[in-house]
Amino acid sequence: MQAETRTTIDRTSGANGASISVLRFTGDISSASKDSVLGAWQNVAGSHPVLLDFSKVEYINSSGIALIIQMLMEADKTGRKVAAFGLTPHFQKVFTMVGIAKYAGLYKDEATAAATL
Amino acid sequence: MVATAGTSVEIRLPSRLGFEKVAMGTAASVAQLMGFPSDRIEDLKTAVAEACINAIEHGNQLNEKLSVGVILSASNDKLEVKVVDNGAGISRQPPRPDIDRKVHGEEDPRGMGMFLIQALVDEAEWVHDSKGKGSYVRLVIRLEKESAKENP
Repeated sequence: MQAETRTTIDRTSGANGASISVLRFTGDISSASKDSVLGAWQNVAGSHPVLLDFSKVEYINSSGIALIIQMLMEADKTGRKVAAFGLTPHFQKVFTMVGIAKYAGLYKDEATAAATL
Repeated sequence: MVATAGTSVEIRLPSRLGFEKVAMGTAASVAQLMGFPSDRIEDLKTAVAEACINAIEHGNQLNEKLSVGVILSASNDKLEVKVVDNGAGISRQPPRPDIDRKVHGEEDPRGMGMFLIQALVDEAEWVHDSKGKGSYVRLVIRLEKESAKENP
């Protein structure tokens, strides 16, 4: 019933040429996504900033939001910057309501998000 | 637009995570027939999904022998959704989630569901059946909210 979560790890550059890891999520982000989401986070090596790509995510529920907060916890411990892009207007609103926007800037597209890191 | 006032739609879901999406889709279809704008339909979908997840996980404890009832009642100016389970209901509202405490590991990162429900619909109440036959959450979204905002 829930669409499988697939996470791929990509690499891009910020405005100053610095390396940025990109986690690209596909499908749903829910309680069933723990291994895919947190497993990918563990596989992002180094201390460079991280972009979260939600442009191919169809559904996020409160359990999925908890997984995103767990990534922000890990980022906070190591001082990593995180930004997100590709959220629908509804989920931009939800992420702002729950406070995620305080710890991860929310942007319309990848280039805009990367330029902030 | 299809005439919907006075109509009711009922579905029963197995207590299995993922089936909340069936309720989301049904609620979205009814709200669309009633003429709700797309942003309010998105709010409703998230609120209904979270209510169903709570019913499946906490109310029915993921017991697949129990089902979750979802009753959508349309009237001229509002859509009411009741999500019914076999649990004891909640004794008190959880505290408002605190993102700083969550990110710093001082609060469980979960626990956003009830907050989202209350934030996204016009009315939300949690009701315990005094006869011990379960409990339900009642959600309401009002059709005139957008126009009321524009013409206070």
